[in-house]
Amino acid sequence: MNLRPVLPPIPAFTLPPLVARLGARLPQWPHALNLALALNAACKLGVLPEDTLRELEGRHFRVTVLDTGMEVNFTYGTGAFRPVFATPAQPDLHFTAPLSAFLQLVSRQEDPDTLFFNRTLTIEGDTELGLRVKNMLDALEWPRLSWQGMRPTFLKT
Amino acid sequence: MAKPQLVCPAGSLAALKAAVDNGADDVYLGFRNDTNARNFAGLNFDDKRLAEGIRYAHQRGRRVLAAINTYAQAGRFADWAASVDKAAMLGIDAVIIADPGLLDYAAQTYPDMRRHLSVQASATSYEAINFCRERFGIQRAVLPRVLTLAQVENVIRHTEVAIEVFGFGSLCVMNEGRCWLSSWATGESPNTVGACSPAKFVQWEKKPTEMDVRLNGILIDRYANDENAGYPTICKGRFEVAGETYYAMEEPASLNVLEMLPEIVRIGVAAIKVEGRQRSPTYVAQVTRNLRQALDAAIAAPDRFEVKPAWAAELGKVAEGSQITLGAYNRPWR
Repeated sequence: MNLRPVLPPIPAFTLPPLVARLGARLPQWPHALNLALALNAACKLGVLPEDTLRELEGRHFRVTVLDTGMEVNFTYGTGAFRPVFATPAQPDLHFTAPLSAFLQLVSRQEDPDTLFFNRTLTIEGDTELGLRVKNMLDALEWPRLSWQGMRPTFLKT
Repeated sequence: MAKPQLVCPAGSLAALKAAVDNGADDVYLGFRNDTNARNFAGLNFDDKRLAEGIRYAHQRGRRVLAAINTYAQAGRFADWAASVDKAAMLGIDAVIIADPGLLDYAAQTYPDMRRHLSVQASATSYEAINFCRERFGIQRAVLPRVLTLAQVENVIRHTEVAIEVFGFGSLCVMNEGRCWLSSWATGESPNTVGACSPAKFVQWEKKPTEMDVRLNGILIDRYANDENAGYPTICKGRFEVAGETYYAMEEPASLNVLEMLPEIVRIGVAAIKVEGRQRSPTYVAQVTRNLRQALDAAIAAPDRFEVKPAWAAELGKVAEGSQITLGAYNRPWR
């Protein structure tokens, strides 16, 4: 059994505009902190390849979730991801998409090129950096856990 | 009836596993250097993942093919030979090669390792294929995407080399990678650095009502917000010609042979190839799964074969520009 996020089939959806209007007024740093923590946890698990991580050194990333109004800014340096609070006008790489597209991507239900071709996903900035990050995410192999071993004995056949 | 092999792409170990798990017979891949034509940042296999991928496929009775399909650059033949050595050392099932010098090296050095003629060799006639059989002992040849199905059948009738054709994926219009457009704009092309329109030259610029894409400063296309985009290659751009702006060379679209699968099986095609080593494991899983089902149906009952809407819908969705075409296979003109 694969440990990657297992989600039921996700349709393309857009949250009501009110959500984005409210979301954009909320502080964004908790999202950035959560994402940085998650990425650092992935680093510790060894699922992010070191040669690609080196290429991210000192680069500024922005992720915008259109229909929640969320915008996170983070950077990578000296071995860790960190939120960025003083946001520059132009990040090195900027991903923009609705929530449903990001969920489809992380659960591997949609292909990033498909979402890019059909204009659901926008990638701006350094194209080579974007390709590198895309290929890194595509290549991720989540550690395999045996759920069989974790089930109570009376359920085993 | 002969059963064509389904040959699927892998740019990463995750994609290789997706191909194997969804029914590919063969998986093809490249090393992390310019000896293959998908030499993109962060793509392809290092030695550790390659060894694991080969083990994964072999345990499940599938084969792994290595594309070493660019042309050896002057003074660097040793780099290409080293890739062939690596393939032999790791137990790759076949190498896919275009360069005649490299084919000769592989034939002389590793006579027991299978050799496939890459599409990059542009061998469209049985004479060219039989020559490569005679000189380099090739066992399979991948045909360029320029022949009609009748022409493919004619090649098959006149050679003992197994014939592989493209079944799905993005099209390359100019001489199968021997294209000068990317070189003209950037100085780099598939057969020199292993990549067409290298990403460092590509600039996507989002504006309020449109998105521009440029290759080394040259405007390739301008998409309205509701328009599908394609790969940033000059051949698939829209240009002003004689006062009209349109796809002057080729529309962005993916080849999709679903509806001619029974014919492809009937004429004796040995293998059907899926393009897309640059795509994600999700794409590989989606395309492999649908083509596997369709191909099995075409083999089991060619006379009753019908394209299921679900196959067509899923393959249409992942197609470049969300458009599909039969390409040259049903070209009405000669």
